[in-house]
Amino acid sequence: MRKILLFALVLTTGLIFAGRLFYLQIYDTSATTLSKNNAIKAVYDYPQRGHIYDRNGELLVSNQPSYDLMAIPREIKAFDTLALTKLIGVTPEKLRKEIRRAWNYSPRQAQVIIPTLSKEEYAFLGEQLRKFEGFYIQKRSLRDYQIDFGANFLGYIQEVNPSTVSKDPYYNSGDLIGRQGVEEQYEHTLRGIKGVKRFQKDNFNREIGPYKNGTLDTLPVQGKDITLTIDAKLQEYAESLLTNKRGGIVAIEPSTGEILALATGPSYDPADLVGRKRSKNYTKMSYDSITKPLTDRALQGQYAPGSPFKALTGLIALQENVIGLNDNVYCTGSYNYGGRKPLGCHAHKRSVNLVSGIAHSCNSYFATTYRRTIDKYETPQKGMNAWKRHLESFGLGNYLGYDLPIGKKGLIPGADFYDRYYEFYWGSTTNISNSIGQGEVLMTPIQMANFTAAIANRGYYYKPHIIKSIKGEKTIPSIFTKKNVTTINKKHFEPVIQGLNDVYNFGTAKSLKVPGIEICGKTGTAENYDKIDGKRVQLTDHSTFVAFAPKDDPKIAIAVFIENGYWGSRYGGRIASLLIDKYLNEEVARKDLENWVLNHSLEEEYAKPLLGKPFPINDGSKISAKFLAQENLEQ
Amino acid sequence: MSVGTRNKTSFDWVLILIYLALVFIGWLSIYATSQNPEVTEFFNLDNLYFKQLIWISFGFVLIVFILSLEVKFLERFSSLFYLICLVLLIGLFLFGKNINGATSWYAIGSLTLQPSEFAKAATALALAKFLSDLQTDIKTLEGQLKAFAVVALPALIILPQPDPGSAIVYAAFFFPLYREGLAGVYLIIGFSSIILFVSTLLLGTPLICSIILLTGILLFYLNRKKRPSKRIYFGTILLACLFSLSVNYIFNNIFEQRHRDRFNIALGKEIDTQSIGYNTQQSEIAIGNGGWTGQGFLQGTQTTGDFVPEQETDYIFSAVGEEWGFLGSLVVVFLFVALILRIIILSERQKNEFSRIYGYGVAGILFIHFSVNIGMVTGLLPTVGIPLPFFSYGGSGLWAFTILLFIFIKLDSNRVNEW
Repeated sequence: MRKILLFALVLTTGLIFAGRLFYLQIYDTSATTLSKNNAIKAVYDYPQRGHIYDRNGELLVSNQPSYDLMAIPREIKAFDTLALTKLIGVTPEKLRKEIRRAWNYSPRQAQVIIPTLSKEEYAFLGEQLRKFEGFYIQKRSLRDYQIDFGANFLGYIQEVNPSTVSKDPYYNSGDLIGRQGVEEQYEHTLRGIKGVKRFQKDNFNREIGPYKNGTLDTLPVQGKDITLTIDAKLQEYAESLLTNKRGGIVAIEPSTGEILALATGPSYDPADLVGRKRSKNYTKMSYDSITKPLTDRALQGQYAPGSPFKALTGLIALQENVIGLNDNVYCTGSYNYGGRKPLGCHAHKRSVNLVSGIAHSCNSYFATTYRRTIDKYETPQKGMNAWKRHLESFGLGNYLGYDLPIGKKGLIPGADFYDRYYEFYWGSTTNISNSIGQGEVLMTPIQMANFTAAIANRGYYYKPHIIKSIKGEKTIPSIFTKKNVTTINKKHFEPVIQGLNDVYNFGTAKSLKVPGIEICGKTGTAENYDKIDGKRVQLTDHSTFVAFAPKDDPKIAIAVFIENGYWGSRYGGRIASLLIDKYLNEEVARKDLENWVLNHSLEEEYAKPLLGKPFPINDGSKISAKFLAQENLEQ
Repeated sequence: MSVGTRNKTSFDWVLILIYLALVFIGWLSIYATSQNPEVTEFFNLDNLYFKQLIWISFGFVLIVFILSLEVKFLERFSSLFYLICLVLLIGLFLFGKNINGATSWYAIGSLTLQPSEFAKAATALALAKFLSDLQTDIKTLEGQLKAFAVVALPALIILPQPDPGSAIVYAAFFFPLYREGLAGVYLIIGFSSIILFVSTLLLGTPLICSIILLTGILLFYLNRKKRPSKRIYFGTILLACLFSLSVNYIFNNIFEQRHRDRFNIALGKEIDTQSIGYNTQQSEIAIGNGGWTGQGFLQGTQTTGDFVPEQETDYIFSAVGEEWGFLGSLVVVFLFVALILRIIILSERQKNEFSRIYGYGVAGILFIHFSVNIGMVTGLLPTVGIPLPFFSYGGSGLWAFTILLFIFIKLDSNRVNEW
């Protein structure tokens, strides 16, 4: 014992130290990060963010220099506060507050005192800057918008938030990152890669030389310009037509899946989210829970599609071979399926087949075909799932997979949906409303535009996308050039398209013809409900419309959704007609129609539920008739 | 005499090689920590590494001198060395120079000497001399008291300089004393006091006292058939409880705030990265930054950025940790362990009692320095300012450790000549 005590202690100590060193150097890796923060200063060289062009090469978004007033608090000498505040347009209190904040954060570190001075402020200040020791100007690049529309798909840039910084090592606190729209979707393409020079610091935060002799330094990689599929003129027109209305408009080129216009109302000027006023404007809009200007209704609005869905009901019935083209249904003005109350229809000639059923939007006809489709199978479950499979092939009921960061799935209910919902038996009559695009079916406007494009193509579609080309790259992602084929045979499309064409010839939109263009379209008037003071109240119907044109060589497919727009042709139909006119003829000749849409506001309608006013539109056919007379239009 | 003459120069080359390796790595580390961008030429007295190189060269002169001495001379005059050192230590109170708050140095021009460093070697010699005397019996109380006095005298003079770090080193002489027959009860008392002290700080007096009481009574009950002495059992329990009670008093009233902070940080009761815990945190960051193989010589960002205060002296090991990594640190730890174990093994081989006791003294001193210093630098022990032998910057320390070690090498080389 006496001989080995010290011996053993020395050995044990050696082992303990080996263990401790292993813990500090190998196991616990936090020290390396701490050391980097301690001792290495990275100076970044930010490349210019890529420009954004529309499909015709018109510049939409470029960059503008912006100037931050910076200071190293320790080095600020006594200065003429009033002179400086006059130059940069802030109050002396604000300036003092900012300097104090910077000093409290770190007296030695350079910090932004007043961000984003205007060019004018910079020009005057730059001249006199030498009078204000410790201050200097740092140039940054901000977005410069050439247009005052398109905010919903362009997105914006903002400083990264701490959670992004901790997840993605590329970003440092204070860096700018794209949010929403193409700015977010194509962030990596647009931003380029910043260059970095690393300097080693000592314990007083002084630079003592390049880190590892600059071997780890990198040069910046320029951001790439991108061209969008958007047609700026059409987009601007679509947004102007949405003035004082809530809703979404999506226009797609059927032969490519390119998004020509993606409008939402209400929207905002993208320049509102640039510079010093950004924060104020953003807060204002994000707190607006009534009009929700930051919500993209074209992508995020989930609505019952209404009657345009009948085209799909018809296609499925043809594919399932449960109807013939000449099978007539005798409509008595309503369809009695044995429920509590018959499914109502509206005035048109009594006997209809598929083509005239679409043209007149006959509810009875499509209720019948829907029942035949579901009841063809031995159980309603099987029938429902077969129906759902067809619809899914049109890109419904799930994310479409377009290249914008937001969206909704919509809803196409299958057997499991109703199995979960109903404890006992359910069948085709249980959810008969699905046949006419009411019931449980939900779609976003872009999904509606997409199925319209698929019908226009007679059975296939390309995933809608907004990227047309990236400068320096030959192709766009292959998912956007792959043909998605529907489950409906090509030959079944012609009668349905004929029906859609007849909507304009003698059907629900016969007054909205565009001279010289064969349009196919479908009105929709979707019932909708809301809870007001805990009671379920039916609100004014939504106005929906889908259309494509020309009939035989489709160049544009459109879906319009106007919240509480009375009925399909009233707003949706008019807007779609104008947009097709604009896109195919460049100039709209029907100025009276254009003025009607521009000057009609639905704001009063939107205020009704908030003010507790009634909704006469749903009070029955009498008031509808009054409106019909007023507008001299047929529903 | 005639038998051993041909073996007269059989120095232990293992020790000498380890010594050279440690001094070399130590100098490299000082070179890395004391890079000064303003002084680019090597031979400049503003450079710590150049100064250290001069101290090392002087050290080699000392080695030659010591190895050429007669062993008998060392043994005979050991008491004299001891007395000279005591006088020098006392003289500090009159002529000492205050550096960093401690009056531990004599200043001769720009050169400073720290007698407390040399006093360790002198005390080791004096203790060896005293214990190897035929008249001394360590098993008697008188012998124990005298031995304690030899050790405690310099420690008590150093303590109020104030230099508690250097004073703690004198605990090292417990090892030669114990090896020569000091009763084991001192070992038990020493160890249990340390454990009681730390556990009381961590867990609080009430809990510790209850644990002592319960285990004491349980042991007594289990051993009741052996008829244990109640007086010893309950006396021990009482003393232990009293000690535990007094820990709080000592900690709160006798310790100064900085000592309390150091303990609390080492025990993990406080987290402090700014004032007092700054050194330890920066040192841990530097070591941790090393990873497996280190950042490379002169590439350690913590080291070249001067983030670790006192890095060239007490915290020199953190430079090794950062620039040479886990593997390099292990080599240094291994060298120290090998050095001390080699000294112990050689001491056991000594036929001469004086050499053996002195050897144990050397091993003990090196062990305390090694364990306390690296324990502090790696954050295992409270901050205690004592240098890492052969590594830390400073002439007095380097020379003192060189003298300490090479006296032993000289004594060892002579063992075949004895008899």
